[in-house]
Amino acid sequence: MDTHTKIRKIKEFIIERLIFLSGIMSIIIVALIFAFLLKEGLTLFWQVPLSDFIFARNWYPISDPPQFGILPLILGSVLVTAGAAVISVPIGIGSALFIAEIAPPKTKEIMKAGVELLAAIPSVVIGFIGMITLAPIIKSVFGLPTGLTALSGAITLAFMAMPTIVSIAEDAITAVPRQYREAAIAMGATKWQTTWRIVAYAARPGMLAAVMLGIGRVIGETMAVMMVTGNAALIPHSILQPVRTLTATVAAEMGETVQGGEHYAALFAIGIVLFIITFLINGAADLYLHKTKK
Amino acid sequence: MLKSSETIILTVSLLLISGCARNQGGNSNTLQIKGSDTMVNLGQAWAEEYMNKNPETFVAVTGGGSGTGISALVNGTCNIAEVSREMKDREIKLVESKGSTPVKHIVALDGLVVVVNPANKISELTLDQLADIYTGKIRNWKELGGHDAEIVLLSREVNSGTHVYFKEHVLQHGRSDNKEEFSPEALLLSSSHAIVDEIKQNQDAIGYYGMGYVTAEDKTLKIAKDKNSPAVPPTMENIIDGSYPISRPLLMYTRGEPSGLVKLFLDYILSPEGQDIVKKLDFVPVK
Repeated sequence: MDTHTKIRKIKEFIIERLIFLSGIMSIIIVALIFAFLLKEGLTLFWQVPLSDFIFARNWYPISDPPQFGILPLILGSVLVTAGAAVISVPIGIGSALFIAEIAPPKTKEIMKAGVELLAAIPSVVIGFIGMITLAPIIKSVFGLPTGLTALSGAITLAFMAMPTIVSIAEDAITAVPRQYREAAIAMGATKWQTTWRIVAYAARPGMLAAVMLGIGRVIGETMAVMMVTGNAALIPHSILQPVRTLTATVAAEMGETVQGGEHYAALFAIGIVLFIITFLINGAADLYLHKTKK
Repeated sequence: MLKSSETIILTVSLLLISGCARNQGGNSNTLQIKGSDTMVNLGQAWAEEYMNKNPETFVAVTGGGSGTGISALVNGTCNIAEVSREMKDREIKLVESKGSTPVKHIVALDGLVVVVNPANKISELTLDQLADIYTGKIRNWKELGGHDAEIVLLSREVNSGTHVYFKEHVLQHGRSDNKEEFSPEALLLSSSHAIVDEIKQNQDAIGYYGMGYVTAEDKTLKIAKDKNSPAVPPTMENIIDGSYPISRPLLMYTRGEPSGLVKLFLDYILSPEGQDIVKKLDFVPVK
């Protein structure tokens, strides 16, 4: 073996290892983040039993003695997320189908650019618009005492989930092989039957991934939701009441806490809860995808 | 994936490094002031004037809430914490555990104003009524002789000194055995500005904030100490003579007795010139 090939072999070895390292980097980072959350958050449970943390109804973190019950916060997050999903999923999937299957080329280009532009708007700007324009409308339409409600949060977040859902679902639909459509039309199916029963059906896994990523963005969103939901930590009985979400709580209160304190640990414990929720959502989506692939 | 994850790590580590460097205040000509949102404009005004006169000094003022200032003082990432309430024993112990004693300086006085929408008929309240409103015992303006609508409670977030002061001195009447809390229905807004905005557009809302935020269009309520006392408006005279019941000292805490730059800056604040700035920003001077 001459030195030339030797050097090439070493080079290849190094490059391969580097790529491998980059590949597992995201996994390492996730594991490190989770370990850090556990380290900071678990100390809370020396003082507060887990069941009290999850199921107690009062969140008064700076009182003496403090009360750390995150049930209203969990319900707040769930309500806002579910509301946003109900609004954004049908509109997002519908608009993806329209862009991919029905729209003429020019309309298609304009709509795609519009969707991308919507994704580029910073969340704080969307939150600001929601606070100034949407909240007063909701207040007067429903005759509420205040427009800062879970519904305002859900509508605001639907706008933020939509671009993700539309662009990924559209990719999935476009990726359906041309032969499927040709075969369907050859069998005498109408355009609508082809689009809905054949193309949309074949693109299901991709569309589900789109919805999951959209919901993932919604549940983790903080700034916009903090500005429009009113942040009152009570158990919501309807979507027209103010709510306080898990993320907004962490963002609003982190500045107050002293490192290592009980409140600090409680906010990290909220981080663990959020992590587990997103993990479960992703896990469920993954499971479903593998099932349909077989 | 390769690129993005590496970029993220690089950015994060760079941020961490630069953040540490800044927080250490490595430059001896730099003062870091952090804390109360109520005081941030005041601190900024002092800093600007001081820097005009001493161009070689740099004074950085940031808000975030009194709690933010105190944790920065505990962690040693600021020279002066602006705080709009007294430090708690627990917090003082935390500073002591890090090898320093917090020293308190009263730099100005502030009246907390209670504000409603101009369309609201109510113009005065007693402290007890105010406490009952915020703890959720009085829920409709009708019960106070106003219009028939549910009261919308606006409050600051828990990292705000104003929130803590209002809870301890209005809701709990300044007694430490009193465990009254804000009604869970109270909306917690992230800034005094957000409260100002919401009250402008909501006829049923009530809110509170520091005197410095009041503008001519806001309707401030007259407050009475109890049923038999007269209700007084939040004016500078009433705060100085103590007849307006919700006023508080605005404080600056330092790590240990001030020396060097910190002392020069505090001396400037308490000088007649510094106290003039207090008046200009609608707070009440201490001297």
